[in-house]
Amino acid sequence: MKTVFKRTPTLKDCPTHYCPGCGHGIAHRLIAETIDELGIRGRTIGIAPVGCAVLAYDYLDVDMIEVAHGRAPAVATGMKRTNPDKIIFSYQGDGDLAAIGTAEIIHAAHRAEQLTVIFINNAVFGMTGGQMAPTTLLGQVTATTPKGRNAAGEGYPLQVSEILALLPGAIYVERCALSGAAGVRKTKKAIKHAFELQVEAAEGLSLVEVLSPCPTYWRMTPAKAMEWIEKEMVKVFPLGRLKG
Amino acid sequence: MIEKSDTCSETHKRILMCGNEALAEASIIAGLDAYFGYPITPQNEITAYMSRRMAEEGRVFIQSESELAAINMVFGASATGKRTMTSSSSPGISLMQEGMSYLAGAELPAVVVNVMRGGPGLGNIAPSQSDYFQATRGGGHGDYRTIVFGPSTVQELVDYMHLAFDLADVYRITVVILADGFLGQMMEPVLLEKKPHRELPAKDWALTGAKGREQNIVRSLWLPEGALEALNNKLKAKYELIEKNEVLCEQYEVEDAEIVVVAYGIAARIVRSAVSRAREEGIKAGWIRPITLWPFPTEQISRAAEEFKIFLTVEMSLGQMVEDVRLAVAGKAPVVFYGRPGGGTPTVDEILDKIKQLTIPEKR
Amino acid sequence: MTKNAFYEEVIIAGFGGQGIMLTGKLLAQTAMQAGREVTYMPSYGAEVRGGTANCMVVIADEPIACPVVGRPDSLIVLNKASLNKFCPRLKEGGLMIMNSSLIDIEPEPADEVEVIAVPADELAVELGNPKCTNMVALGAYLQRRGYLTVDAAAKALPDVLAKRYHKTLPVNTAALRRGAEFAQAKAGGV
Repeated sequence: MKTVFKRTPTLKDCPTHYCPGCGHGIAHRLIAETIDELGIRGRTIGIAPVGCAVLAYDYLDVDMIEVAHGRAPAVATGMKRTNPDKIIFSYQGDGDLAAIGTAEIIHAAHRAEQLTVIFINNAVFGMTGGQMAPTTLLGQVTATTPKGRNAAGEGYPLQVSEILALLPGAIYVERCALSGAAGVRKTKKAIKHAFELQVEAAEGLSLVEVLSPCPTYWRMTPAKAMEWIEKEMVKVFPLGRLKG
Repeated sequence: MIEKSDTCSETHKRILMCGNEALAEASIIAGLDAYFGYPITPQNEITAYMSRRMAEEGRVFIQSESELAAINMVFGASATGKRTMTSSSSPGISLMQEGMSYLAGAELPAVVVNVMRGGPGLGNIAPSQSDYFQATRGGGHGDYRTIVFGPSTVQELVDYMHLAFDLADVYRITVVILADGFLGQMMEPVLLEKKPHRELPAKDWALTGAKGREQNIVRSLWLPEGALEALNNKLKAKYELIEKNEVLCEQYEVEDAEIVVVAYGIAARIVRSAVSRAREEGIKAGWIRPITLWPFPTEQISRAAEEFKIFLTVEMSLGQMVEDVRLAVAGKAPVVFYGRPGGGTPTVDEILDKIKQLTIPEKR
Repeated sequence: MTKNAFYEEVIIAGFGGQGIMLTGKLLAQTAMQAGREVTYMPSYGAEVRGGTANCMVVIADEPIACPVVGRPDSLIVLNKASLNKFCPRLKEGGLMIMNSSLIDIEPEPADEVEVIAVPADELAVELGNPKCTNMVALGAYLQRRGYLTVDAAAKALPDVLAKRYHKTLPVNTAALRRGAEFAQAKAGGV
């Protein structure tokens, strides 16, 4: 019998704590595959955020650190500057990167830190119970926007990747989506490119924004959630290469 | 015109340096790999000095976007096993408390210098000792401690920077150097020589890439039932060991004293002058100077309190260390406080008056 | 502190830009090189230029307890505001060097003190560099106090003066000497 798919070694052989239909598991797999394909497991250090992916080190078999909410780019800076030979990546959600950690991501990019950032945008705060994120769509119902997000008072969805793409220190910014097989393949390609740039010591920050489903707090089936990314999210967060 | 001999070799090696620059150079000699900091008065000389010297040494210097970022850069560098530090002054240290709590939870070594200024709020930029509570009670959230040094001379700033880096590594703990605007800004002759090292444990926990070994994880989240309690108890055991082994304290003419003045840092120097003058005037006065503020020299003060003496605590605050003195004295003797907050400095005359008031019957 | 051991507390004051801090550092550096214990405490603040500036220098034979000077043994004041502020704090029997080029009033010290009025700005201009006012005043101070030589101060100068100003070493040295000469003549030759 021919093996057409197998678990990559850097992805641990264990069930995750993620909800059915959640995108984190897929994103973890893509990172693990990238690390193994590039042969960098022995020199990679990952950063887990505060959010649903806080336990990412339970699934990714590389040296990892768990950091304060939003501070991953600062921690990554401290690691990379003192260990230029290591490959440092952070894995951050939309609350982590686009709300509480805005200053840290902007300035890490601003300083052109040689880092790889995987930014998971699921338009909601997952771990704390489905509250509004900066990336929540207008009209989207969350635990803290019971009538749907209203621009007046709650602001518009924040397009952090577009902001980062303006900075000379950000050398590669791409937005992908985990909806459908083609989307996953494209996301994998982008993630791999973002790691490759660091391996090649390209001078700047690489970021891949990943639109990722959260069926639980979108109150949808996993299939509907995938559809919602393609129909609604991409209108506000258009896919494609923003920089590099 | 008599000049003291300038052939003395020690004299030749002494350099006139301000506290901020001296502690920065001491850190470099102690093997600092990376400095991260954000400008704030009165410690700007540290950041500026580091920007020049760390580059010369081929080591890492970053002027961060905030104190939050600085302490988290320290967190990152420390997690990979590097010697690292940050420095700031009171308002900036408040911002760093989040990171300091995480450092404690993750048991990462770090050195944090606080060149204290007056508060609360933006306060002023004058020297102050009003962050004692914050420094000695952990400062951030959660059950933890940091080792705190209260040096009182520029030479001590140098000496305790060396010790701070060693203790941070030995105990995997944050060591705080609690200085103040006077110490940071004033110049004194210093000897910068490298001091003898403590025996340092291997950093087998560090994140260096999981090449040929299982992954290392640096974390402070412990969700399963009992897991955090186990960590807390592990920390407690460590803190008890530090309390047993690392207390530093200096005292002078306490045995026959009827009044003991307790002060740390720059205030202790003013107290020394006042106590000397009190002795000259026939008052049996002595002083105790805690050098480590945590662990606090509780035993030393408690022993001094066994025979009846009056304790006078002098601080540049509204009274913070005095609470530790009271805990140590434990009701065995009266504890009186004299302090000047908000950048005020107690003068020798003020302290002497207070000593007289407390010891000369007709002045009481 | 041993009774009668050498202990000299000095306040040097003027406005920002008069080289107050450099003067204090030079005094401290000279004393340190002569084997004495020293502390130097600058005032620091938001005013980078202009405003008032002062520093405190303590010189002693034994480790110095308190670097903060309440009542100085000596005072070097380069402008009127500094005179007004610090003159009342001068110890009895103390010494005040005042820059009479900028101070047109008679000082009213609380106690009996020695006052040497030095037209430091004029003397500096005569030497060809008006920025040497501070060195003229320090020269006068060193001459009157006598525990450190002007030569020792001149020798210490390169250690405290930023390298980019080292071309001014000769004129600063001349200013130290001129101040000392002036003070000696003024005091009737000692």
